[in-house]
Amino acid sequence: MAIRFTVNGKPHTVDVDPQMPLLWVIRDTLNMTGTKFGCGMALCGACTVHINGNAIRSCITPVSSVEGKHVTTIEGLSPDHSHPVQRAWIEVDVPQCGYCQSGQIMSAAALLAKNPHPTDAEIEEFMAGNICRCGTYQQIKEAIHRAAALQAKTAKPETSEFDHLPQGALAGGAE
Amino acid sequence: MTVITTGLDRRKFLKTSLAGATGLIVGFYLPGRHELLAAEAAPAVMNAFIHISPENTVTIVVSKSEMGQGVATSIPMLAAEELECDWRKIRFEFAPAARVYFDPAFGMQGTGGSTSVHSSWEPLRKAGATAREMLIAAAAQKWGVDPSECRAERGEVVHMGTKRRATYGSLAEAASKLQPPTDVKLKDPAEFKVIGKPYKRLDTPEKTNGRAQFGIDQRRPGMYHAVVLRCPVFGGKVASFDATKAKQVRGVKDVVQISDGIAVVADNTWSAMQGRKALEVEWDFGPNANVSTDSIFQNFAKALEKPGVVAHKKGDAALALQNAARKIEAEYRAPYEAHATMEPMNCTADIREGEGADLWVPTQFQTPSQATAAKIAGVSPDKVNVHTTFLGGGFGRRGWSDFVVEACEVSKAMKAPVQVTWSREDDMQHDYYRPASLVRFAAGLDANGNPVGLEVHVACDSIMNWFFPGSVKNGLDNSSVDTLANQPYDIPNVLVDYQLVSGPIPQGFWRSVGASQNGFFRECFIDELAAAAKKDPYEFRRGLLKNSARNLGVLDLVAEKSGWGKPAPAGRHRGIAVVEAFNTFVAEVAEVSLDKDKNVKVHRVWVAVDLGQPVNPSIIEQQVRGGVVFGLSQTLKGEITIDKGRVQQGNFDTFEVLRMNEMPHVEVYITNSHLVPPTGMGEPAVPPIAPAVYNAIFAATGKRIRKIPYRPDDLA
Repeated sequence: MAIRFTVNGKPHTVDVDPQMPLLWVIRDTLNMTGTKFGCGMALCGACTVHINGNAIRSCITPVSSVEGKHVTTIEGLSPDHSHPVQRAWIEVDVPQCGYCQSGQIMSAAALLAKNPHPTDAEIEEFMAGNICRCGTYQQIKEAIHRAAALQAKTAKPETSEFDHLPQGALAGGAE
Repeated sequence: MTVITTGLDRRKFLKTSLAGATGLIVGFYLPGRHELLAAEAAPAVMNAFIHISPENTVTIVVSKSEMGQGVATSIPMLAAEELECDWRKIRFEFAPAARVYFDPAFGMQGTGGSTSVHSSWEPLRKAGATAREMLIAAAAQKWGVDPSECRAERGEVVHMGTKRRATYGSLAEAASKLQPPTDVKLKDPAEFKVIGKPYKRLDTPEKTNGRAQFGIDQRRPGMYHAVVLRCPVFGGKVASFDATKAKQVRGVKDVVQISDGIAVVADNTWSAMQGRKALEVEWDFGPNANVSTDSIFQNFAKALEKPGVVAHKKGDAALALQNAARKIEAEYRAPYEAHATMEPMNCTADIREGEGADLWVPTQFQTPSQATAAKIAGVSPDKVNVHTTFLGGGFGRRGWSDFVVEACEVSKAMKAPVQVTWSREDDMQHDYYRPASLVRFAAGLDANGNPVGLEVHVACDSIMNWFFPGSVKNGLDNSSVDTLANQPYDIPNVLVDYQLVSGPIPQGFWRSVGASQNGFFRECFIDELAAAAKKDPYEFRRGLLKNSARNLGVLDLVAEKSGWGKPAPAGRHRGIAVVEAFNTFVAEVAEVSLDKDKNVKVHRVWVAVDLGQPVNPSIIEQQVRGGVVFGLSQTLKGEITIDKGRVQQGNFDTFEVLRMNEMPHVEVYITNSHLVPPTGMGEPAVPPIAPAVYNAIFAATGKRIRKIPYRPDDLA
């Protein structure tokens, strides 16, 4: 069964098992490797991408559920590091090993799209679903505040219903 | 900075080098151009550290694995300091596997033990200085002037008299034909312009747009994806299996038995995982199917009934304890810990039997990875190209080659490139774990509360015995007793002994190794002695560290910065600890509170470090914060337990690690003791945090807990 959706604005049609998680379609079928595999259970956030502007954990999201939707991955956040979150990440020099950072950045971008000036507590709550084993949390928090400052004008994200996604797929908070 | 390439295409490199097109290649260790040229025909040419293109780009070949600790920036800084190049023109590439990149600390090419900056300090600066002198000589020749009239600055050679200038790129070709100087003068630290500066990491841009290539991101033409089903019981093996249903799963190409278990090969990772679920296997669990955490600790306790191998002896501890005014005894324990790198283990191998092989691998140890592939391919190691990728965390786990063996065996069977990917559960249940350990202390205090004797009895398995089977000849693995046998406190009578208790649970290097558990034991027990002596824990330590200036230095600094001695904010309590690991000295103060359910919250952490001459203070701060987080995870979060011979945890729900909402604010203070070469910072921030937090819990509650991780029930 062919499934159609866009990734970073580009239309794709894939013919795979409809139950295959979006993560593996992105990584192994489309060979876009910026989105990472970390746990396969929506516990770590490394696989976070946006669907119609909302951050979701792609490792438990069946590809069939994104039929007709718009997926944004780290590669599509901005082509040239111009997204305020990426600019802030570079200014603060956030990454260490860097493996979790695609997910961290995608979560942070989704947070700031909804809440342009989050408090420390709001950042901690939203970002608690993204694990960083290197321990860059303090720098991430600093960078999110910096990104909020850089984000002069941001269009309000599209919203849509996500009831069809498995429990836990929608990012924000641990588990 | 712009995009940095990773890996080095050796064949292309050789070809262009031989054609003389790539400009200056410097290997400081090579005595002359003649040998350099001769070497170019053989893999020895790979030992170049600096490459200057006609386009003015300076490429530093980094022989250390970048797993977050910043070597891809700090090592180029060492070369750049002497090269006098334009930092904006610096790139890095990861070195291929070759003898010239061996770390003298290991006798092989590898990254660990917080040694990278320390071992690179001299060779990389020399490589930079040698290249600089050759560029100056080339410019002098071109202008017909004496080299002493020229100097190098910001990627150019300048003739001081005429102000003529030439870029390194324009000189590189000619410079590469000159005889390298055999003896170059290196800068005095007072002249440093790069070393000591908080330069931005070179790898940040590609780690913020998805382009950084980790091992798991490799995509080779014709590559298969594979996962491996391993026996859940340590030491067990496959008795029989039926792959019929697995092979019916969409996308599955084949099922092959390998030495570690059964590999399911597919055209994508998920299909391979689905195929693995469909395998029907009978296991031979072997002799360990009844092993449990309890049985292991019972073995430790039994071993401690007898004297162990002496690891350190000073005076007569037994006599001192006998005559002491007071005797304090305590038993501590620490569990197995998983590394849980965010990038699960993986390796991509292309084995061409009898011909050669390529590995794309996130490894900490290139030499054994290369040897492994060579053996499986049936070729000599020089026929194996090792492409080291970025490592999505290492922490010691990627020093092993088990995942390399798997990828090579499957590739050999498939006659195609294969990527073996571990699931999170594979990773957690087939790790080489931080050793669980049981330690008994006994100390004697005189009437004034001064320690007069200390006995420490340690029981655990040996990492070295696992890494180099049979290597521990006399029953003593120094890593098992690190920070105990070499404790700095001025106590006149000390005995530290060790019982090596071998078992079936794989043991490995875990960020800060023996200090990760022994630092906790020692610094909590010293706190117990301070409490028994009714002395302030900071002042008590001070009194015993008069002969250890660097321990004392960081202890005083952290006390000053944390406002030790002044009351903590209402409801908060502080603990202190100091541990030296890998010759870096770290003191930490933790400020904690407990809620009504005895949940511990760590609010603030102050850290003082002395690693000699800092190379990049910003990266040092990153490593300190990261070390604190890693240490807090073992203090407050996950542990690995064993039942029925297998690991009971599987993912981040059962093995929890610290999350952002649990992150304390960490303040870092770096003291420059100007000692060179500097020591490392990848690991040493880990050990002091567990005891600092536990000592704060004691300050809050008056109760002493003697095992990690903390659970609120411990205070019941």
